[in-house]
Amino acid sequence: MVMRIDCKHVWDLISSYIDGEIEPELRKEIDRHLDHCSICSATIDSTRNIVVLVADERVYEIPAGFSKRLHERLDEVIHGEAPSSH
Amino acid sequence: MRDSRIMSQSMDRKANGKAEEDALIARILAGERDLFHELIRPYERIVYRMVYSMLGHEAEAEDAAQTAVIHAYTHLASYRGESRFSTWLVTIALNEGRVRLRKRSALREDSIDALGDDTPGDFTPALLTDWREIPSAALERKELREQLIKAMSELPAIYRDVFVMRDVEGLDIEETARGLSITPASVKVRLHRARRMMQKNLAPVLKGYASKSKGRIGGWS
Repeated sequence: MVMRIDCKHVWDLISSYIDGEIEPELRKEIDRHLDHCSICSATIDSTRNIVVLVADERVYEIPAGFSKRLHERLDEVIHGEAPSSH
Repeated sequence: MRDSRIMSQSMDRKANGKAEEDALIARILAGERDLFHELIRPYERIVYRMVYSMLGHEAEAEDAAQTAVIHAYTHLASYRGESRFSTWLVTIALNEGRVRLRKRSALREDSIDALGDDTPGDFTPALLTDWREIPSAALERKELREQLIKAMSELPAIYRDVFVMRDVEGLDIEETARGLSITPASVKVRLHRARRMMQKNLAPVLKGYASKSKGRIGGWS
């Protein structure tokens, strides 16, 4: 039997679709929907695009000297006290 | 499977092996304290990114990152090794960010914007046809980076935490669930909502960066 899938159903599955967590049959059905629904396909593309962009290290500009300052501050603590569980 | 481009940014790439890390931690606790520098070095940028995503302010994020790392050192003996060190550290960074957010009077908190994980809610995405893909090269533009970070920092806390751990830091579902003390099912629900909110909130400001190809982006299956 051919399943009919509507836009709202696709929106509910965007995240699972992007992560490849959809059963093959349902995925095929979504793909068929995306082939003719430009809104849903653009919605999934743009969502996935965000996921790709935020994972890019260039999004975060680490302040110049961050590492040096961190280890200097850490050094003061390390030479002042031993680690504990408290 | 998650896209290889996404996973390439994950902390897995930089992390030491767990056994090697556990041995390093044992030596630090036995008195070789200076080795903590070596332990923390692969993760210091991750800690910064985590708190910056929450606080959206460079100087405060640096101070918060330092505080989180120092907390990790002073409490190292409480790390039990059940999760990876990186997961434990990210949880500490998350808590430090939360403490600072709570101190801000204009805190957007979960009760206002977030729903229970079992509540359907209306998470309609921005419906559009003219944003297919913003090429990664556009990240060279500072205003794009700022828009992405602003959108993340404006997510309700329970969605932002999951979004940053999964999509920014590349932790898997189990690690994220353990770090936040929630179920894997809740991680999936919150991540789905976070992504849809990000898409909806970014659509009006990011459309101008998008390439307008007609077809779908390849490599879906």
